[in-house]
Amino acid sequence: MPTWLRIVLGFLIGAVLGAAVFVGVRAVGGLPPLADDLRPLYAMAVFSGLVGLMLGIDRQLGLPRGLVGMATGFVVGILATVGIRSLMGLTPWDTESVWVVASFVAPIGFLLGVGALSDWLRWIVGIHTPDQHGPPPGKPGWFRYFGFDQNHKVIGIQYTVTGILLMGIAGTLAMIFRTELLAPGMQFLKPDTFNTFISMHGIVMIASILLGVGGMANYLVPLMLGANDMAFPRLNGFAFWITVPSAILIIMAIFFGGWDTGWTGYAPLSVRTFMGVNFFMIGMFFFGFSSILGSANLIVTTLKMRAPGMTLFRMPIFVWAVLATSFIQLTATQFIGLSFLMVVLERNLGMGFFNTALGGDPLLFQHLFWFYSHPAVYIFILPGLGIVSELLPVFSRKPLFGYRWIALSSMAIALLGFMVWAHHMFTAGIPNALRLPFMYTTMLVAVPTGVKFFSWLGTVWRGKLFFPTPMLFVLASIAVFLIGGLTGPPLATVPTDLHLHDSYFVVGHFHATMFGGFVFPFFAALYYWFPKITGRMYNERLGQIHFALQTTGFYIMSLTMARTGLLGMRRRIADYDPAMNIQNLHIIMTLAGFAIFIGVLIGVYNLVVSARRGEVAVMNPWGSRSPEWQIPSPVPEHNYEEPFEVVGNPYDYGLPGTAYVRMNGHEKTTAPAALPAH
Amino acid sequence: MRHAINVTVIILVSIFALLFIADNVQWMPVQASAEAKLIDWLFNLHIDIIVVLYVLVNGILLYSVFVFRRKKDDPSEGVYFHGNTRLEILWTVIPLIVVVYFAVLGAGVLRQTLEAADDELEVVVTARQWAWTFEYPEWGIASTELNLPVDRRVHLVLHSEDVTHSFWVPEFRLKQDTVPGQEHHLRLTPTRVGTYKVRCAELCGTSHAYMEAPVNVMTAEDFEIWRQKRLGIYVPPEGEEAPAEDPVALGQRLATSAGCIACHSLDGSALVGPTWKGIFGKTETMADGSTVVVDEAYLHESIVNPSAKLVAGFQDLMPKNYGDILTEAEINALIEYIKTIR
Repeated sequence: MPTWLRIVLGFLIGAVLGAAVFVGVRAVGGLPPLADDLRPLYAMAVFSGLVGLMLGIDRQLGLPRGLVGMATGFVVGILATVGIRSLMGLTPWDTESVWVVASFVAPIGFLLGVGALSDWLRWIVGIHTPDQHGPPPGKPGWFRYFGFDQNHKVIGIQYTVTGILLMGIAGTLAMIFRTELLAPGMQFLKPDTFNTFISMHGIVMIASILLGVGGMANYLVPLMLGANDMAFPRLNGFAFWITVPSAILIIMAIFFGGWDTGWTGYAPLSVRTFMGVNFFMIGMFFFGFSSILGSANLIVTTLKMRAPGMTLFRMPIFVWAVLATSFIQLTATQFIGLSFLMVVLERNLGMGFFNTALGGDPLLFQHLFWFYSHPAVYIFILPGLGIVSELLPVFSRKPLFGYRWIALSSMAIALLGFMVWAHHMFTAGIPNALRLPFMYTTMLVAVPTGVKFFSWLGTVWRGKLFFPTPMLFVLASIAVFLIGGLTGPPLATVPTDLHLHDSYFVVGHFHATMFGGFVFPFFAALYYWFPKITGRMYNERLGQIHFALQTTGFYIMSLTMARTGLLGMRRRIADYDPAMNIQNLHIIMTLAGFAIFIGVLIGVYNLVVSARRGEVAVMNPWGSRSPEWQIPSPVPEHNYEEPFEVVGNPYDYGLPGTAYVRMNGHEKTTAPAALPAH
Repeated sequence: MRHAINVTVIILVSIFALLFIADNVQWMPVQASAEAKLIDWLFNLHIDIIVVLYVLVNGILLYSVFVFRRKKDDPSEGVYFHGNTRLEILWTVIPLIVVVYFAVLGAGVLRQTLEAADDELEVVVTARQWAWTFEYPEWGIASTELNLPVDRRVHLVLHSEDVTHSFWVPEFRLKQDTVPGQEHHLRLTPTRVGTYKVRCAELCGTSHAYMEAPVNVMTAEDFEIWRQKRLGIYVPPEGEEAPAEDPVALGQRLATSAGCIACHSLDGSALVGPTWKGIFGKTETMADGSTVVVDEAYLHESIVNPSAKLVAGFQDLMPKNYGDILTEAEINALIEYIKTIR
């Protein structure tokens, strides 16, 4: 059978099966087979058609198998709940209970389908499975990216691409509700839709950032350490693949009424809102496994698998940042999973954790939630700041100023990050005995953050700077993160926070930290290691356009957000009072937002097209001393033919005759003359 | 050394220029409370530090970008130095002192905003999806607008009936969440006569954006007149007849302040409750299948006892206490207003 026919047949069979399952589930629930609104049926048919299409291309592909597994998980969960409910003498169908149970089963179905559990299940029954090397026999090179794979570089790319996809979804939502805000009054969204969109924008962006962090860490850390892979390759694959059903669950919320609590999901509102909130919370619960297991893997890899001679203070600075981030992820993620699980239990089983009338406390949710979600902010930004510290010496041709101070400042931020959570609750009704200490600890975060800024300035001072696209993004990271950092202290000081809390000032502050601490460094990293990953160069001109649009757009947007907040604009409102005279500011923010969106689209276009048609890259285009640039691009399956030895400091640019690594008997000194002119 | 002098001069000049601009920017809305003055003072101090650090970092960064560029075909590397412990200690210790100093200032201002007074006016604020109610226990009166006498210490006691809301009047610069099942407190002294709005600052569901109510700061005399009117004991001075307020205009104001329009749309779209557009004179079908022609009596009943007759397709969610919060005249004004929405 020709491939095209298999694809077409796959789509048709998938669509019909999907529609049949949809109608069947409704019939089991005692509902009429077809609802008045046929859109969910169409969505289901198209989605399952696409799964069929992928299976038509290759029946062994992991992703569609996982999706079939997930659908099976839903059906099994639904049938089990209906069965148990009838045995208990309850009405068999209760939409919320049925879907909640099914949502816990579905991710397991996905993992079974995609093959993330296969090796472990075989081990349980005593079957030995070899480590996987390279793509499965007889399959093309792209095949492994769509299924369970153990290679850290494949997993790194899977993380990164999934992260960019989610960023696209969340960014599109932002463009929709920013357009709505162009004028006072509701234009084309209903308040509930608006609230769902802002909630989903927040949480999908957070998922996207966690994936981006995972992508950078997985691809780079083993390469920088001189390891051939991560310590636990199967666990690594598992940690990635569990994010996919989690993300699908979160997005599914939109088909179940959405939810209107924002990404914070504060109880008791989350206990009372639409049932879509279950999907968001269960999705994040499963997503947390990825953070916990992935970070455990990274910590072990960093501590146990460094090249000979690589003491902790000779590690590339990015590895320090990832180590600090991993410690937070490993120890804090449980709290968000716990708090969300408690909301799901309170909603569905009436356990009154957050209900005063039942002996609970609404503020308990906020404590648990922020105990993760504040340190989470440092999970997002520390790797990005690590990228800035990593790239700045290369493009300044100078040592990183104060290497130890920067390394330890990451650790200090990670530690302090655990002691500041209640600053999100200064207006929530906590006693002053909590407000004051948390004001002091929060202000202290400024100190290690300042160390980073000043050390970056020491790094560029009297260097020989050159400005290809990654350097432009690094400089923009610093400029943008500076806005985020400087708008922090007014929020950390209790009296000023009484005005600023929950205003657009916070929105501006938060977006500046996220863009300066993650988005800009993430793109810097993408452009910088693009030749290493693909063996080709990106288009410099498009990179500059991306930089110009994103930087000016963001600068204008975040400052305008802060300004609007001072004037009294609340965050998360679907409509604003025309009497406040802030429509012009909203128009500016929306236009600036679109500039960012278009800039990112151009950036993604650049990377996608250049991966296939870009100029072939030289081995070490930036004149870096780092080991990954001393081997061919794209990196061979097992990274280093022979383990290298660390013989110097990572960033001693400008000290002639020194090298960081010795590989195959050669000290890899960088010859500055070999640098391309930029 | 030459570079150090250059950049220092550039930074100092820019700092003074920017500080001059920053000090002349109206960052905040008008100051309408004593607390606003304190908080703005602290905020402006923050702005000054922000300006200094912003110029310092960007100044050095931009100077380096423009001056320390690699010339084309220049094969040399940057000047080799990899740290300076004295500098590192300096830029750890100085920021440490500054932030601790700010925290101390913050604690001081916070203490001042919390001070209680003997003659303070107590107002019980109740938040619910999606409206505010204000009760004055001293006289047993309630209102959907927060009326306050100027220059008198106010003690707000905040409650919530359903989910967490947040009391925020930007002109007062103060914010306090209202938490269901808990009681929280906020103190303030209004200092400027005028009309402001309390805006719910904590996302609280569908109509969160519309959860706003007027805040009227009045002279002590006006407040006394309002209080007496509210109690029904007001006697206008001789020769001065109180001008009767247009009921439709009053009703329109109440529709916002009492939270009606958070659930009842004026444009025909169905929100939590039936739309008001064209409702008067219409025949509505009730949940029990009966039909009712919407007239004054029906509207009155629906306001004071909303559970009595429920329109088909809607849930019994409307608060049951409007009969206590609104006066008879206000209810009638609302009805007059509803009649005008065609």
